[in-house]
Amino acid sequence: MAGLLDLSAYELARRIEAGEVSAVEAAEVANDRVEEVEGEVGAFVTVTPELAVERAKRVDKRLRDGEARLWEAVPLAVKDVLSTRGIRTTCGSRILESFEPVYDASALRNFGEDVVMVGKANMDEFAMGSSTENSAYGPTRNPWDLSRVPGGSSGGSAAAVVAGEGWWALGTDTGGSVRQPAAFCGTVGLKPTYGRVSRYGLIAFASSLDQIGPITRDVRDAALLLQAVAGHDPRDSTSANVEVPDYLSALEEGVEGLRVGVVTELMDAEGVEPEVREISARVARELEAAGAEVGEVSLPHAGYGLSAYYIIAPAELSSNLARFDGVRYGLRVPADGVHEMYRKTRGRGFGDEAKRRIMLGTYALSSGYYDAYYAQAQKVRTKIIEDFRGAFTRYDVLLSPTAPTTAFEIGSKVDDPLAMYANDLCTIPANLAGIPAISIPGGLSNGLPVGVQLMGDHFTEPTLLRAAYTAEQAAGFRFELKP
Amino acid sequence: MISEEQVRHVANLARLGLTDEEVERMGTQLGAILEAIERIQELDLKGVPPTANPLNLTNVFRPDEPHRELTREEALSTAPEAIDGHFAVPRID
Repeated sequence: MAGLLDLSAYELARRIEAGEVSAVEAAEVANDRVEEVEGEVGAFVTVTPELAVERAKRVDKRLRDGEARLWEAVPLAVKDVLSTRGIRTTCGSRILESFEPVYDASALRNFGEDVVMVGKANMDEFAMGSSTENSAYGPTRNPWDLSRVPGGSSGGSAAAVVAGEGWWALGTDTGGSVRQPAAFCGTVGLKPTYGRVSRYGLIAFASSLDQIGPITRDVRDAALLLQAVAGHDPRDSTSANVEVPDYLSALEEGVEGLRVGVVTELMDAEGVEPEVREISARVARELEAAGAEVGEVSLPHAGYGLSAYYIIAPAELSSNLARFDGVRYGLRVPADGVHEMYRKTRGRGFGDEAKRRIMLGTYALSSGYYDAYYAQAQKVRTKIIEDFRGAFTRYDVLLSPTAPTTAFEIGSKVDDPLAMYANDLCTIPANLAGIPAISIPGGLSNGLPVGVQLMGDHFTEPTLLRAAYTAEQAAGFRFELKP
Repeated sequence: MISEEQVRHVANLARLGLTDEEVERMGTQLGAILEAIERIQELDLKGVPPTANPLNLTNVFRPDEPHRELTREEALSTAPEAIDGHFAVPRID
């Protein structure tokens, strides 16, 4: 059965459909693999082996009755920020250590009646971070090199995929939290258009930026997983009432005539390692060789994205995290009066980075500072959107590195917030503009994977996936199970 | 560098208990972060409209039809303390 671990999610789904393998067998292979490597990798906050097998049995029955869809039998890792009914959902935080949601996130309901879930994947607390070190449950290790971080905040999801602890995973991306860990772990990560996937049941970080997305072994799996979770949801008023196209059908149609713009400001940004830049440029040349028209494009305000983001995101989260006050769910530290109870509960329940960002957001929104910070950042956001709008009149797809570097050593940046934030330089603009973006492995630098990012206009995921599929084939990077 | 007094003021607004050591560290770290992000102020953006939502959604309406979501028991099941079908809190001060 070990051979199953070498298959992509799509290939496994086909085998199951053909009756060669059962969903239960697949779930058992995933569970065994978790048993084997989880001690080293630490991809999960909570593992759910019995649940996976129990649900796989139901999927097998529904497959026999012709009622299950292609993807449902393929074991999935779920970031611990997505609500799962009756299963502890911590957001990597002590404040939700024993929280069991009373409903499932809509993305999971869309996936299927019985989600064969391997476990709840580790993450930076409330998705704030780029290394998965800000988890109250310990860091996750990068399966390529266990002394390094897997990226973040969806580091547990990316590590689970490359370690074979499940065939694919759901993460969330607010400033790069799907794409950057995907890049660090040699996997594919897709942040869909804002509103493409319902946020209902996703415990909110920054509501105008958050989006659920797949982390997978290859581009086809990303298309399939997006197909499984996308769609309008009346429970999320920001979800888009736009028809979900078939993401798989156009993958192999090639890039003849597709216009690809290489983003100057992101290629030449401070801190981008020469080899990362070189690999990104090589992927652009390969797309050109495959028939695309490649040119250079400028996004003049992209360099201000990081600053605008680190005002907007903390402002939104300081408001969203106000709900963790020891009243309706989660930790309560007893105290005499209600205000002291709030302060003690939040002081003990939140970790360092959460506290930093709550403070930053509260400060930026406070009387006397609002216009200089928050209002100005919202205007910068408009300028970045205008930059993209201009770029998309001339290009169909934009290309840049996903992250400035490869995976760094655990502990090397955790006490330096600014160095950590700089990781998000290339990924943040897509969140601010709400456009879809995907990271694919472009090659290796000193034995570690380098991610290359492609961005498209709103709701152009089919084009983006087609370009990514072509680039993936050309780059010749084959998924490898680690460690 | 943000003054200790400012840090304590903002922590109070956020109802966030900080130790003395955290207050000191926060002053230095927030100061460094604010200094770095202040560069957006060099842009002249007079007259540029702000963006709050990337899809520029305005009001989203749905029919006002009541339906059952959670039972009272379910809604209270995660509460640290509940009394007589209500969330319970310490004395309001």
